[in-house]
Amino acid sequence: MATYVEAVRGSHSMDKSITLPPDEIFRNLENAKRFAIDIGGSLTKLAYYSTVQHKVAKVRSFDHAAKQESDGEPLYEISVQEEITARLHFIKFENTYIETCLDFIKDHLVNTETKVIKATGGGAYKFKDLIEKKLKLKVDKEDEMSCLIKGCNFVLKNIPHEVFVYAKHGDSEFRFQNTHPDIFPYLLVNIGSGVSIVKVEAEDRFERIGGSSIGGGTFWGLGALLTKTKRFDELLQLASRGQHTSVDMLVKDIYGGAYGCLGLTGDLIASSFGKSATAEKEFSKEDMAKSLLHMISNDIGQLACLYARLHNLSRVYFGGFFIRGHPVTMHTITYSINYFTKGEVQALFLRHEGYLGAIGAFLKGAEEDNPNQYCWGENYAGSSGLLSVSPELNPMQRERSGTFDMLEMDRLERQLVNLPLLQDSSSYIPDTVDLTEDTLAREYWLCCFEEALDGVVKRAIASQKDQPEAAERAEKFRQKYRDKLQTLRHQPFAYGSLTVRSLLDTREHCLNEFNFPDPYSKIKQKENDLALKSYQRVLKTLEELSWEQRQIALVRGLLAGNVFDWGAKAVSDVLESDPEFGFEKAKQQLQERPWLVDTYNQWIERLKGPPHKCALFFVDNSGMDIILGVFPFVRELLSRGTEVVLASNSGPALNDVTNGELQILTERIAAMDPAIQASLSEDRLTLVQSGSSSPCLDLSRLDKVLATVVRERGTDLVVIEGMGRAIHTNYYAALSCESLKLAVIKNSWLADRLGGKIFSVVFKYEVPSIIQGHH
Amino acid sequence: MELNGYHCDGEACPETEDEDTTVSKQCWVDAPCSNIESANMENTTTSGTVHRERRVSNSTSSRQRIDSLKKNRPPFPWFGMDIGGTLVKLVYFEPKDITAEEEQEEVESLKSIRHYLTSHTAYGKTGIRDVHLELPDLMLWGRKGSLHFIRFPTQELPAFLQMGREKHFSSLHTTLCATGGGAYKFEADFRTMADLQLLKLDELDCLIKGVLYIDSVVSSGPSECYYYENPTDTEHCQQKAYNLENPYPLLLVNIGSGVSILAVYSKDDYKRVTGTSLGGGTFLGLCCLLTGCSTFEEALEMAARGESARVDKLVRDIYGGDYERFGLPGWAVASSFGNMMCKEKRDSVSKEDLARSTLITITNNIGSITRMCALNENIERVVFVGNFLRVNTLSMKLLAYALDYWSKGQLKALFLRHEGYFCAVGALLELLNSS
Repeated sequence: MATYVEAVRGSHSMDKSITLPPDEIFRNLENAKRFAIDIGGSLTKLAYYSTVQHKVAKVRSFDHAAKQESDGEPLYEISVQEEITARLHFIKFENTYIETCLDFIKDHLVNTETKVIKATGGGAYKFKDLIEKKLKLKVDKEDEMSCLIKGCNFVLKNIPHEVFVYAKHGDSEFRFQNTHPDIFPYLLVNIGSGVSIVKVEAEDRFERIGGSSIGGGTFWGLGALLTKTKRFDELLQLASRGQHTSVDMLVKDIYGGAYGCLGLTGDLIASSFGKSATAEKEFSKEDMAKSLLHMISNDIGQLACLYARLHNLSRVYFGGFFIRGHPVTMHTITYSINYFTKGEVQALFLRHEGYLGAIGAFLKGAEEDNPNQYCWGENYAGSSGLLSVSPELNPMQRERSGTFDMLEMDRLERQLVNLPLLQDSSSYIPDTVDLTEDTLAREYWLCCFEEALDGVVKRAIASQKDQPEAAERAEKFRQKYRDKLQTLRHQPFAYGSLTVRSLLDTREHCLNEFNFPDPYSKIKQKENDLALKSYQRVLKTLEELSWEQRQIALVRGLLAGNVFDWGAKAVSDVLESDPEFGFEKAKQQLQERPWLVDTYNQWIERLKGPPHKCALFFVDNSGMDIILGVFPFVRELLSRGTEVVLASNSGPALNDVTNGELQILTERIAAMDPAIQASLSEDRLTLVQSGSSSPCLDLSRLDKVLATVVRERGTDLVVIEGMGRAIHTNYYAALSCESLKLAVIKNSWLADRLGGKIFSVVFKYEVPSIIQGHH
Repeated sequence: MELNGYHCDGEACPETEDEDTTVSKQCWVDAPCSNIESANMENTTTSGTVHRERRVSNSTSSRQRIDSLKKNRPPFPWFGMDIGGTLVKLVYFEPKDITAEEEQEEVESLKSIRHYLTSHTAYGKTGIRDVHLELPDLMLWGRKGSLHFIRFPTQELPAFLQMGREKHFSSLHTTLCATGGGAYKFEADFRTMADLQLLKLDELDCLIKGVLYIDSVVSSGPSECYYYENPTDTEHCQQKAYNLENPYPLLLVNIGSGVSILAVYSKDDYKRVTGTSLGGGTFLGLCCLLTGCSTFEEALEMAARGESARVDKLVRDIYGGDYERFGLPGWAVASSFGNMMCKEKRDSVSKEDLARSTLITITNNIGSITRMCALNENIERVVFVGNFLRVNTLSMKLLAYALDYWSKGQLKALFLRHEGYFCAVGALLELLNSS
């Protein structure tokens, strides 16, 4: 039932001696408003809303008419502007620190508009006076269960990889689940001191369909009586070392073996504590604790299954202090659910389960800001991630346990939705390799990102030469990202499944955190300039070729352009040492056909057929790639009568071309190329933003406008270009229309894995089987 | 067809092949009316109830049947045994119609066993005969006698075997029908220690057979099946007889050391729905650990004097009253043993309080799981059996209350007087098949 736990009262003597590293923990308090607090039995969760000022790189076109002829001038202007974005902060700390924390908040709270603090959790009553006295805010109590459900809906909707199944003996302890587009209905089993079983059918429709008095409080209370051990986690530790078979009466103790005809195995517990009634002996604390744990977990699991069956629900989430961060209980509950449903229902857990109450209370207080109208994204730089819960705690974790845990979420400027062309959105997994499970790959990529860190730091400093403190910030960035890598080495599951994409995204978040919004802006600018100068020459060469020759040249151009990628270490080394590395040289680097994956012949056959109605093209890098690779290719599609939608990143990531940059580039190309000009004015060439700021691509989180355009235009071809978007992600993505995935493998390890060499080419033209029948 | 739905055909009946089965099926269903059955046997006439008379109308057939019974019925002694995790339950049929001739023929060891069992109500330190459950004047397979109900701890089984050896039980060449896990676990011990061959029987089959049989034969004295009227009103709550005439579908909850829940659709169509390890063994085991007591009776006695609200955290302890948002009354237990998280409260509770709370925790949990099973199986009648309910009015009333309250009167909790002996009775009934 409630997470209210009175038992810790004894330890409530306020510890004021701790010194907080406050700017690390209570960030952006100056802008904070709308506080909410959830005080549980031992942990306090604080939530607030703030606005964050970010530097963002903006590009602005010069007046071309005046500048067109002057040679050394760049084609557009880069300016760094301040932008304000909304952020949600959630901080979790032990109740012992509550007074110190309140003092700190009081001292730093500037915003005087805030009058109320939303509060939930059993402890909210107890600390009401203290909060009101310290913060001069009125405590407004919210129903615990409503907050919990509201918070649960919020994380299920907004945080990818929020949900996981626990597998103690699996390759990875945590198996993260895909975000399901439709989160309802589900069952939430909250195991506090008692158990509440809640059926949630819609955002504001839920019902407590049952519960049990045998819960965390029973384990703790009865455990304390039996073992004279006071603390909950000590009891769990005892349990994890114990043998329940000496206390419990098993089926084999009664039958001498299995009860075969009922399918009851000999090891099944027939009677919990059944041996303690008869045996004339002392039982060890460990064994009793273990028996108790099994008894309670099995009982809760059984009830949950009975309720799930009665209400025909297959998604069952478990939360509450009994579960929170405890592998022992996650394991026993998982085992029990598996036993009672014969594997039909999986026990699901949530990464941010501990924050649900605070998130919900906050949302209740922030309804006028309509937080549910926006999409939010977990900020990897500002969030602590899931703690390792393995018995052998890693050193980093020991340092952190008992201190502060944080979650930060940024409001995304765009509404994100599924690409309507996914064959099955519920089974779509963007990432090709799950590094949480693939240990070898994980070790390689963690090393790879660590080695590349020097280069990134250098690049970051170089991008802000005019700012003397840039070096210092870059160092902080290095420290932060290195810490993250270190954390991920020990806890690969900290932010959900570890993937190359999450490693790249974390780096972008860290760079942003230290105000390096776009370290590649100047490089991109220079490369775009250079490439533009060659555009007409490249076009002319292509026009001289026969149709067949031109098609292969266009594809080779696209691939050559893709060699220019600062995200790939092998390439950035070349580009660093040989700035003149040109388009022709890149072409020479390419693998000769047959390529590593080569369905070019099918593609060319298709081109001999009727034109596509509309092609959606996810572009990759700036410079040669977009200008000399993508544009000629797109031009050919347009000439066939195919409409083209160019999708580029909303925000900067590495040297990927952003939507802002692409608009200027398109303008400039149109000025040189009447064909492009005409397509633009006829609205046959459209630029849209993807909604992403990642070098990779998650087709389940794309800008809503893009999805609308794709649907309206009857898109029947999707082109995905580049290693990040077509190899690290989406390599196996199944689309409901034709697709072309192409990339140059610029990483020898990955090439090796795929059975090729560095600069191997992947050209993957796919036709879904449904369409294939029609051709 | 038969009284209380107890079908007596197939393996339990003596002469299915060569006799008029309609009559044979009635053979011992009507057994409790001793006078009329003995009347048939001795060919004298006494009046019986209407339906009894109807059933014995075909006297020729009865005669044949009795002759056939004589041929087929097993030799004495007639035992049925259920060896559970905690207790061994033994039912013994004592023939009261022994003729002088039989008396002379009766071997010494048989006589000695009969006298030992029937002249005592306690055996050794821990064996007990539940005299109040005894079914006197019972007709079984054409013999009149008393059915005795005896129990002793499973731990004492070696002593029992020793006694069997000393009393030369094996010389009687009888089959010992046994069920429960111990029939499997101790089979070798029976053979080696007492030279006895067990006929092992499935315990759930036996359970259902036993329940249906006992309910059908008890017709005088207090009703076998009963319920609590007004279970939600402690003042007016009282035991009432219940007629289990048409019992199906039925949820049968057997609370022994652990709990098995069966859905019974007819006499031989049933399934085990689920079970829980939180049963009588858990109650006693936890009580022993928490209070230092050593017997079930002791634990129950303590529980009767205790106050569980000191141990458990109630809804009102958290919400100050009812949790109206979810329709939870303030008196409902929110967290069993929840107050025991707090050291001061741990120090202030009594052993009686702990025993009470343990009893209530286990009982409520069984009630809760039972209720969910009843809902899932769409069954409204629940019969609770098993030795956990022995002298345990507290739990029975609580189960009756909980089922009624949480189902808003939809579910009825029924109880049987011979609580824990049904498996043993079912085993005894198999004896006829063994011969």
